[in-house]
Amino acid sequence: MTVQPLDIATEKTAHPDDDAARAPVATKKARAAKAVRPMIDRYKWYEYAAIYAGIALFLFFVLAPFIEGFMVSLKPLSRLFSSPYSFWPSEGSLTAYFTMWESVPGFWRYIVNSLFISTAATVIVLIMVVPAAYAFARFPFPGRGPLLAAFLAVNMFSGAVLLIPLFRLMRQLGLLNTYWAMIVPGAAFLIPSAIWLLRTYMMRIPRELDEAAWVDGASRLYTLRRVILPIAMPGIAVVAITTFIGAYAQQFIFALTFNSKTEFMPLPIGLFAYFGRQEVVWNELMAASFVGIAPVLVLIVFLQRYLVAGLTAGAVKT
Amino acid sequence: MTGTRSASIFAFALLAPALLYIIGIVAYPLVDTINLSFTNAALRPTYDWVGWANYDKIFKANFSEVIIRTVIWTFFSVSIKMIIGTCGAVLLNAAVPGRALFRILTMPPWIVPMAIGIFMWGWMYNGQFGMISGLLQNFGIVDKPVAWLAYGNTAFWATIVTDVWIGVPLVTIYLLAAMQSIPRDLYEAAWTDGAGRFYRFRRITLPMIVPAMVTMSMLSLIATFNSFDIIWILTRGGPSGSTTTMIIDTYKTAIGSYKYGEGAARAVMICLFLSVFCLAYFRVVGKINTGERA
Repeated sequence: MTVQPLDIATEKTAHPDDDAARAPVATKKARAAKAVRPMIDRYKWYEYAAIYAGIALFLFFVLAPFIEGFMVSLKPLSRLFSSPYSFWPSEGSLTAYFTMWESVPGFWRYIVNSLFISTAATVIVLIMVVPAAYAFARFPFPGRGPLLAAFLAVNMFSGAVLLIPLFRLMRQLGLLNTYWAMIVPGAAFLIPSAIWLLRTYMMRIPRELDEAAWVDGASRLYTLRRVILPIAMPGIAVVAITTFIGAYAQQFIFALTFNSKTEFMPLPIGLFAYFGRQEVVWNELMAASFVGIAPVLVLIVFLQRYLVAGLTAGAVKT
Repeated sequence: MTGTRSASIFAFALLAPALLYIIGIVAYPLVDTINLSFTNAALRPTYDWVGWANYDKIFKANFSEVIIRTVIWTFFSVSIKMIIGTCGAVLLNAAVPGRALFRILTMPPWIVPMAIGIFMWGWMYNGQFGMISGLLQNFGIVDKPVAWLAYGNTAFWATIVTDVWIGVPLVTIYLLAAMQSIPRDLYEAAWTDGAGRFYRFRRITLPMIVPAMVTMSMLSLIATFNSFDIIWILTRGGPSGSTTTMIIDTYKTAIGSYKYGEGAARAVMICLFLSVFCLAYFRVVGKINTGERA
């Protein structure tokens, strides 16, 4: 269940009541009913104050590192390392955003690597997940329940637990120090949630469509390709977006362990090298971080609805 | 559709790619971990079967200490996440102007690459010049800089706070979605009967979101127990082991010291813990679901 349709549903039920209240035969009861709707959401001034204060505190906790990080990126290094602490940059400048390109020579490369690894992982996940989700959504084959549970159980294990055999496996396959050493294991851990999500979506597609195609003599594969896929596109898009974001957000442990070549490093690992140094050039590190996350922050604004849908599809009730 | 037999074959054909992939990348390594945990595998190409020796060894060392530390770390992190997340969801569920914007502003820690958020915390915890120490000094709460990551005790809590920060958006948005799926009629009926806002929360909202809270706390329990990036970036398990959780411990043994066999034994212990969690989870969820239908 997603947030959006429910909002719409409540609005729709509100209309008939309003009409009834406007009708000439409006009884006292109906008039009261009309008053009920806004009143229940009405707050006294001190309730407003408390709610906004609470939200401000909450958002401060959530956003403080970003705000502070941004301030740091504006401060010259000499101002940064001075007491007493001041939040506002007194001699603020964007210098770090220009110098960082020279201090972090591979910066572009890191971003491109990050995007490439996430894209490749997303493609692999989609290829695996679309047919699997269809199978789980439509066919009552023997062992369906346990198999689905087994897929979900994968979420239990993090890459860290399986790191040793994965390392040996990657070495055997000759994938160490290539993009694939980061893409292949990364994708595996994104598959279970993606299956769950897309299965939920496909279960909502009316079964009659499959049956109609079947009656018309279409093969099963043809039905999947020509009937189900086009209808499931919005769901597949949600899965692609959440998978991509997941792949982008979690690039760390595999890249740290399975790859030591600078030219293949994704952004987090590339910057981690600077973070670990004796003297961290904080303003440039923060500037680089912000440039690196800017595309994602812009995406949130446009895609937040899909992200919420993706998060809650399997969540609230299934 | 007709032909259940051919339908099953078709279904398995559809499943095959994903199934084989998971078997290759997750199931086989899992079996291999268990296998390796009974060997003295290390960097050299050959190794021998050593029986329970690795398990003996780790329990004679400080392993029980690591387990206790991990359990405490996980417990506090999950509890704080759930508390802050629930408060956040309640606040964002209030029908006040601007709430759509507030919801978007909640998301960044969850969306942004984890490592980058952690770098920012790394600066916040900086003793001499970081924000937390700086603000506390400016307000006169502490009189000299506190290097949060330099002492065992503060580093332990600092890593918990960062883990909470990363987990809170997910909990908040998830519980918010659960709250929004509660039928509005319930609130209106209660309102008409004169129930106050707090009473409505306690008698309608809270009981209705319990299943979502259980699910979320189990999911974040698993995620928190497996948390690696935060501790590794901030402290690498230090100072002097005070933030070494089971995952960090396994990583240090296996990848840091190349003791694959012993590392595998530690990894198996993690799997055991997680299996217990998951069994408990399916139990509880099963109970709640059947309870709802009844």
